[in-house]
Amino acid sequence: MAEQDYLKDISEIKNLMNRSTRFISLSGLSGIFAGLYAIIGAAIAYFYLFPAAGEYMAINSYNFLLLVSLLAVVALLSVITAVLLTTRQAKKNNEKIWDTTTRRLLLNFLIPMVTGGIYIIININNQHYGLTASLMLIFYGLALVNASKYTIGNVKYLGYAQIIIGLICAALPGYGLWFWILGFGIFHIIYGSIMYLNERKS
Amino acid sequence: MGIIDNINKLFDHRIRLGIMSILVVNESADFNRLKELLNVTDGNLASHIKALEQAEYILVEKSFVGRKPNTSYSTTTLGKAAFKKHIEALEKLIGKKE
Repeated sequence: MAEQDYLKDISEIKNLMNRSTRFISLSGLSGIFAGLYAIIGAAIAYFYLFPAAGEYMAINSYNFLLLVSLLAVVALLSVITAVLLTTRQAKKNNEKIWDTTTRRLLLNFLIPMVTGGIYIIININNQHYGLTASLMLIFYGLALVNASKYTIGNVKYLGYAQIIIGLICAALPGYGLWFWILGFGIFHIIYGSIMYLNERKS
Repeated sequence: MGIIDNINKLFDHRIRLGIMSILVVNESADFNRLKELLNVTDGNLASHIKALEQAEYILVEKSFVGRKPNTSYSTTTLGKAAFKKHIEALEKLIGKKE
């Protein structure tokens, strides 16, 4: 066999190893959209739902319910956008969207994410709202880092960034909303833009 | 004596090399998954799997998912070592020429 064939073998090996373990088609655009939804959601919460200075928000109040629904809408929209854009891109690259790799990616993302979600709900039920934003950032960051093993790209750096500002947020009580905007809004947009530019280049 | 010694004849086929590449980085993979990743026909894949199985490089595990039979494959320690040696030999071969 000629040298050319060996070279081809090696690149084929690399390709198969990547394709069988990592998910490639995460779209940068979906990151940008998720960031925008988060900022819009936070703005609505800030102007319409937050209690004025001196007041506090009761857990069974109407506003609290609205806040939770708003959060759910932001999350849902982000997920729908991500699924749509990723499916589109996978089709373009001729990849399968629902295979063992994707399932593994999702499972590894969801384990820290669901743990965190349940933990936050328990906390809120016990009237500990103070650290909610920080916990959301930290668990989301952990989920990203955990899932990054199954993706190509730099999701883990986004994860590290979320964890770090989540911890800073925990140390500075009272600024939860701002850290939340920074993490879920601005970091997503920055990360998504970098990914998007990379996609364009290749 | 030369680097050619470590080139494994059993891996001198693209599909066998492909099967090993997938199995060394995944805990296990089933028949359909391999077929899908390698883009080969059933018969073709089965014969290459057999060759690797006979060399005891891969382990075949038959089970049932619901009522459907499911066969999953994984590498043996022997297979992993052989694969590693083969890749190292390939790298040396290419490195030497440059």
